[in-house]
Amino acid sequence: MTIAIKVEGISKRYKIGTAPGKFRYGMLRDQIAAIPSKLFRRAEEKVGVNFIWALKDVSFDLEEGRVLGIIGRNGAGKSTLLKVLSRVTEPTMGMVTVRGRVGSLLEVGTGFHPELTGRENIYLNGAILGMKRNEIEAKFDEIVDFSEVEQFIDTPVKRYSSGMYLRLAFAVAAHLEPEILVVDEVLAVGDAEFQRKCLGKMNDVAAQGRTVLFVSHNMSAILRLTQEALVMQKGRLLLRAPTNEAVDFYLASGQSQAGERSWDADEIPAAAAPFRPLSLKLFDPRGAVADIVRSTEPLTVKIEYQLTAPITGLRVGIYLNTIRGEYVFTSFDVDEPALYEKYSVRQPGFYTSSCTIPGDLLNEGRYILGVNASSFGVKRYFMDENALGFSVDPSAAPGMQWAEQRQGPLRPRLNWAIDRSDA
Amino acid sequence: MDELTKTEPATIYIRPAKGLAALNLGDLWHFRELVLFMIWRDIKVRYKQTLLGALWAIIQPVMTMLVFNFLFNSVAKVSSDGIPYPIFSFTALLPWGLFTTALNTASRSLTSNHNMITKTYFPRLVLPLASVLGGLLDFGIAFLILIIMMFYYRITPSLTAIWAVPLFVLLSIIAALGVALWLSAINVQYRDVGYALPFITQFWLFITPVAYSSTVISGKWQLVYALNPMAGVVNGFRWALLGSGSGPNIFLAISTAISLVILFTGLIYFRNMERTFADTI
Repeated sequence: MTIAIKVEGISKRYKIGTAPGKFRYGMLRDQIAAIPSKLFRRAEEKVGVNFIWALKDVSFDLEEGRVLGIIGRNGAGKSTLLKVLSRVTEPTMGMVTVRGRVGSLLEVGTGFHPELTGRENIYLNGAILGMKRNEIEAKFDEIVDFSEVEQFIDTPVKRYSSGMYLRLAFAVAAHLEPEILVVDEVLAVGDAEFQRKCLGKMNDVAAQGRTVLFVSHNMSAILRLTQEALVMQKGRLLLRAPTNEAVDFYLASGQSQAGERSWDADEIPAAAAPFRPLSLKLFDPRGAVADIVRSTEPLTVKIEYQLTAPITGLRVGIYLNTIRGEYVFTSFDVDEPALYEKYSVRQPGFYTSSCTIPGDLLNEGRYILGVNASSFGVKRYFMDENALGFSVDPSAAPGMQWAEQRQGPLRPRLNWAIDRSDA
Repeated sequence: MDELTKTEPATIYIRPAKGLAALNLGDLWHFRELVLFMIWRDIKVRYKQTLLGALWAIIQPVMTMLVFNFLFNSVAKVSSDGIPYPIFSFTALLPWGLFTTALNTASRSLTSNHNMITKTYFPRLVLPLASVLGGLLDFGIAFLILIIMMFYYRITPSLTAIWAVPLFVLLSIIAALGVALWLSAINVQYRDVGYALPFITQFWLFITPVAYSSTVISGKWQLVYALNPMAGVVNGFRWALLGSGSGPNIFLAISTAISLVILFTGLIYFRNMERTFADTI
């Protein structure tokens, strides 16, 4: 087999200032003011400059025609790795050897101009993604067909609905035919129907023998599309394993102890401020932190967090997903209108939002709790879709007299009545 | 795609660049279609949702000419080398407009397309280059007005105009691109450029013989004056179209040399900064 991508000891360092969030725009004034002191000091001694290693000594090979998943929490370095591979940014150290043209789907619709029509944007976007004009022409009908926007192809895309816009953008990107395709989280967009279509397209790409690198938080997509996955943590490559093993390993990592999850400072994006997540814990009815809970017993979820400034309209909540990535439910602490009124503005301080998931609800299996803190329509402060994994033990659940697996994520205890109608 | 799969795929090495980055202009050639697409996009959207549309390409230089005519001709009575002042200033305003439009759009070209830069790979030179070249359309439209004015004032340009005008247009493109490369690359890190630019272009206008004739510059200052790349371009334009001045001389050579130096250093600076654009933008 030929090696399509050879990554050798890649590291990427970013400079961050002492005050988070202030490092992005260097001020010319500061640079000029710093000249005298720079003259008398060696470069290494820069005061007040911190470095963060987004990637640290990552090495792997990928054979041609393989589909490799990359999983990891926020800030694990997945996106940075893809950016290095697609030549958007340069590594600080190490070397990558890539055999063939790399097409990146880091974000769909790059370079789309709202004033241009769908037709014009297809050409423009294709050119940005590195397609030749005749290549785009040859694929044009296929792209339009896939996007399902034929009727509006000569309408400026600013008049498109967000769904149409995404479909068109993905269609262009999906018809790019590089030897190596790098995909980051594009499947997180669009409706279920379209997501299915995208996954299908990704399958086709893989089936054509092209090399694919695929980053996603959607474990079911990773499980479906890849046979092998990399697990990354804090810029390092932790594990390379068959996908199901990698997913299990990933879900178990990051828990300081079973049933408990806390976030280090570098796992919290700067944009989360003034919201700071502290911990997510799972308790059984006896008040012990638990990783395995019984299907018949209620379980309590506690989210601890700190606000460093008042937030209006904040809602803190959980997602519950199966390990296959199917949603079970979403719930927020101020879903109750009365509570929402009461906490319309949350003042700075330490908080705990807790809720109880009733007994006789979840089926046996492994589940993933996600956390979300947002002000609806204003800002999403923090989200970790894969915060904590736990298992449900079915003992004493209804129907246990039969040694069979019950389908579906729920196992409610329903009040059945049996009436005989001829008596 | 068929010919792509048949041919052996090219191998790319991604590693930190050491020292001065190679100019790697072959890469730019490979992406020439993208340059054309970006020019086309910029032109296409430039006058969208404006009432007067492409008329602005005419209104801007014409209004400036009228103001200059009032201030420098009617009030201050500045010498225009015996040429009617309106056409004297309008001829200079054309390359000047090309130059300032190029600086304005190109200096912002990287920051306004930041999502392209952080998401995809392409030679970043495409963006300022397309911005500078995109100004040629406005220049062409305004040039039609100049031709009409030449008929009106019964000025017949000599045959040298046929080769001299394109050459001086190229020279102003070179001058604009050189400065634009510096400004756009600096602007990625220091947004001060956006605030400084209006002031810089205004100042630059005063040291360029647009509103007045370069003959007002006394002999010993001529050499210093020639260090301004646009001085050579504007004088060259007037010479080629209106027959004023002495034509190409040592001062033009100096202007041209300075333009080329700015372009070359700009390219090197841009290429070196390019490596961190995606991280700092």
